[in-house]
Amino acid sequence: MITLKSPRELALMREAGRIVAEVLAALSEKTKPGVTTGELDALAEQTILAHKAIPAFKGYGGSRGRPAFPASICASVNDEVVHGIPGPVVLKEGDILSIDVGVCRGGYFGDAAKTVPVGRISPEAARLVAICRESLERAVASVKPGGKLVDVSRAIQQYVELNGCSVVRKFVGHGIGAEMHEDPQIPNYVSSEFPELVLKPGMTLAIEPMVNQGGYRVRTESNGWTVVTEDGSLSAHFEHTVAVTREGAEVLTLP
Amino acid sequence: MAKEEAIRVEAVVKDALPNAMFRVELENGHQVLAHVSGKMRMHFIRILPGDKVTIEMSPYDLSKGRIVYRG
Repeated sequence: MITLKSPRELALMREAGRIVAEVLAALSEKTKPGVTTGELDALAEQTILAHKAIPAFKGYGGSRGRPAFPASICASVNDEVVHGIPGPVVLKEGDILSIDVGVCRGGYFGDAAKTVPVGRISPEAARLVAICRESLERAVASVKPGGKLVDVSRAIQQYVELNGCSVVRKFVGHGIGAEMHEDPQIPNYVSSEFPELVLKPGMTLAIEPMVNQGGYRVRTESNGWTVVTEDGSLSAHFEHTVAVTREGAEVLTLP
Repeated sequence: MAKEEAIRVEAVVKDALPNAMFRVELENGHQVLAHVSGKMRMHFIRILPGDKVTIEMSPYDLSKGRIVYRG
């Protein structure tokens, strides 16, 4: 079920989104060669708790055959697409690191991600990151009341594939609000398998293109979480929580 | 955090049960009770243990599914 958020709820989500953006900014600054992803996770958790918010990912999604997610951020290095578990991995010059942060404050969620370079990165890696960032910007720009969800998906897919990269299909963006994952599913590609949806003011969406340098196929590693590209190519990930407004879209995960 | 697409999943048939129900195992090791879609029954597409199938699931009940394709 898709819920429309009231102005009061949107204010709470803006608050959660602001914390997410602050954490992301702090982590980007700390991302340097020699730092471990575990250290970034610890910093994120401290910052989130200092804002009297709850890390949304920690303890999420445990079920039979898969442990709950153990950390406050997802840290996915190079060919890791999403859901990388932070730990003793030391970042090296030339890596790209996708950081995904989600918090809950006052019962409402904010969720955002970005890919940051570690030191100096190769021109190809920089190009991939730029394409992914631009695809998210285009997607946000294509959100308008009365518009269709599929137009958002198309904005991402067209731009990414025109530039010779591919979008991950096994994972999708999602509605967000009082829960981290709400309806609808927001694929980053066009497919008739997803129901048609007309956007209305008050909908809140987490739009998150995951872009691979090579093919779109991915697989999940044996820890049940970390998703890597099947061909080992680099992958980037950008995400914003966005509210549909009367005029267009408002990005909620901004500082 | 990205959401795993829940519409269609690949699975392998483990057991054939009465009433055209099957126990199937998903890629992630979960066992799910699945029935054959009406369209597949109309076209007499038979399912045997060991077949690779595609099932549709709803996020509301992750213990049941519908077999929509035998591949």
